Amino acid sequence: MGMSMREGYGRALAEYGALNPDVVVLDVDTSASTLTSFFAERFPERFFNIGIAEPCMVDVAVGMALGGKIPFANGFAALLALRAVEQIRTCMCYARTNVKIGSSYAGLSDFKDGATHYSIADIATMRAMPEMTVIVPADALEAGKWVPVIAEYDGPVYLRISRAATIPVHNEALELEIGQGIRLRDGSDVTLVATGSMVGRSLRAAEQLAEEGIDARVLEIHTVKPIDKDLILAAAEETGALVAAEEHSILGGLGGAVAEVLSGNRPTPLELVGVADVFVRTGPDPDTLMDAYGLAVGDVVAAAKRALARKEAG
Amino acid sequence: MYYYPESLIVELEERARQLRLDSVEMIHRRGSGHPGGALSVAEIMAALFFHKLRLDPQQPDWPERDRFILSKGHASAILYAALGRLGFFPMEDIKEWGSLECHLQGHPDRLKTPGVEMTSGILGHGVAIGAGLALAARMNDMNYRVYVLLGDGECQGGIVWEGVMTAAKYRLSNLTAIVDYNDVQLDGPVHEIMPMEPMADKWRACNWEVLEINGHDLRQVLEALDMASETHHRPTAIIAHTTKGKGVSYMENQAKWHGIAPSEGELAQAVAELTKEVA
Repeated sequence: MGMSMREGYGRALAEYGALNPDVVVLDVDTSASTLTSFFAERFPERFFNIGIAEPCMVDVAVGMALGGKIPFANGFAALLALRAVEQIRTCMCYARTNVKIGSSYAGLSDFKDGATHYSIADIATMRAMPEMTVIVPADALEAGKWVPVIAEYDGPVYLRISRAATIPVHNEALELEIGQGIRLRDGSDVTLVATGSMVGRSLRAAEQLAEEGIDARVLEIHTVKPIDKDLILAAAEETGALVAAEEHSILGGLGGAVAEVLSGNRPTPLELVGVADVFVRTGPDPDTLMDAYGLAVGDVVAAAKRALARKEAG
Repeated sequence: MYYYPESLIVELEERARQLRLDSVEMIHRRGSGHPGGALSVAEIMAALFFHKLRLDPQQPDWPERDRFILSKGHASAILYAALGRLGFFPMEDIKEWGSLECHLQGHPDRLKTPGVEMTSGILGHGVAIGAGLALAARMNDMNYRVYVLLGDGECQGGIVWEGVMTAAKYRLSNLTAIVDYNDVQLDGPVHEIMPMEPMADKWRACNWEVLEINGHDLRQVLEALDMASETHHRPTAIIAHTTKGKGVSYMENQAKWHGIAPSEGELAQAVAELTKEVA
């Protein structure tokens, strides 16, 4: 499958660090896991290991941002998006400080460590905060390409990074803009709206649907907030049925965001693919775990057929 | 001992008295606020804002300015009074505190009020944020100093000590924390709710330089601030022993006055007492 998303991010951070001397990187005794270690080796004077204290790391990053730096604060999503949420809400979002959260090991990607280490409510939490930008890359290449983009955007950002190697979706020509979704595949029967690791899986689902004569559009919504309403509403109008797919709880993530767009503008059949409202078990590898908890390519195919049936039932 | 002319002490005592008056009047007018912990830090605020801090009210974003973080954000009234008296915004603004249109929020908001360095209100953030600011100063080769004023009850939260350890690790001598040790918090005495003794030893154990002072004695406050500026290789904590509600007899040492506003009659008495002190 190629490079893991965390490696794509970690290498890009080190490369970009050479170009932008204002970038500083913080971690919480997880740099060998988040792979901010690449940056730490090249720029030890701009790397700060705060120990196992996520709330403190966020606050220190906030202070550095007040002092004109561009801090990337890194750790495990399960801790950043739970233990450090008050720091993120008050000192990053309310105070609108220029901190970038590199939230690694997100979703179920830390498959071997169990429910304590999964993070399947972070998108819901982060997108409920005013001023926050929430970005979920689809693959390693995309994760790396976000580094300069978010560094050069002035404001708080939550970048959700998988530990795993997700299905590669993009090539070097990829150009990213915050808030601009990407139409990866055209189609007129149904639209698969996906984020993160589910983008590659949704493209595969579209191929399977094509074999059955169903023409599925695939949209990548990397920026869950602010969400690309126009792209989603155009798809609702042109295809009349949608699926939202994400490596996240079905409560409050991309599915919720898409539902909010549709319900307020153009009510359209929408089926959700995500983790049910349960604690997920430890697994043998990320893909097996995702398949077992409703995130298989076949789950996207089935959801597309349900959405299509609702559309046809009128 | 450092030398401070009597005229400076007299001037700052007058500033402290004015800040107390402003604070109780503001809280009364708004019908809410936190008088106890504002009155306890009046000398500290006077020494900082009218003597020690390098600030330019005409240029709130002056890059060289010293940074002050009111980590105990509920003492916002006295910060607003200090900033208003210095001319960061018109003094008339403080009369609008509490209205929907007023830039002065319940707790300090850096984006709305000129001179507020950092948004605060939820306790515990100041030392860690101050450490980040102090690190940024070092990286940017700037010589501003960072001051954090926090409460004794605030020190009950673990995040404070995470910041304390971080500041010690990086030997942030440009960071000074001042603890308003008045021994009274919302529900009662600190020593009953969750004892903080030995307070000074806690900071010492974390490799901070520690100075213990009477926080109402301006000579001691000034001396501690100057000693902190001259301490190298480690941050300094000034443990300021204070009286909550200082200067208004019925508020002194009363937990009740942590977060309520004085009535018309209570205000009149407070004003009388605060005015009499000078006469």
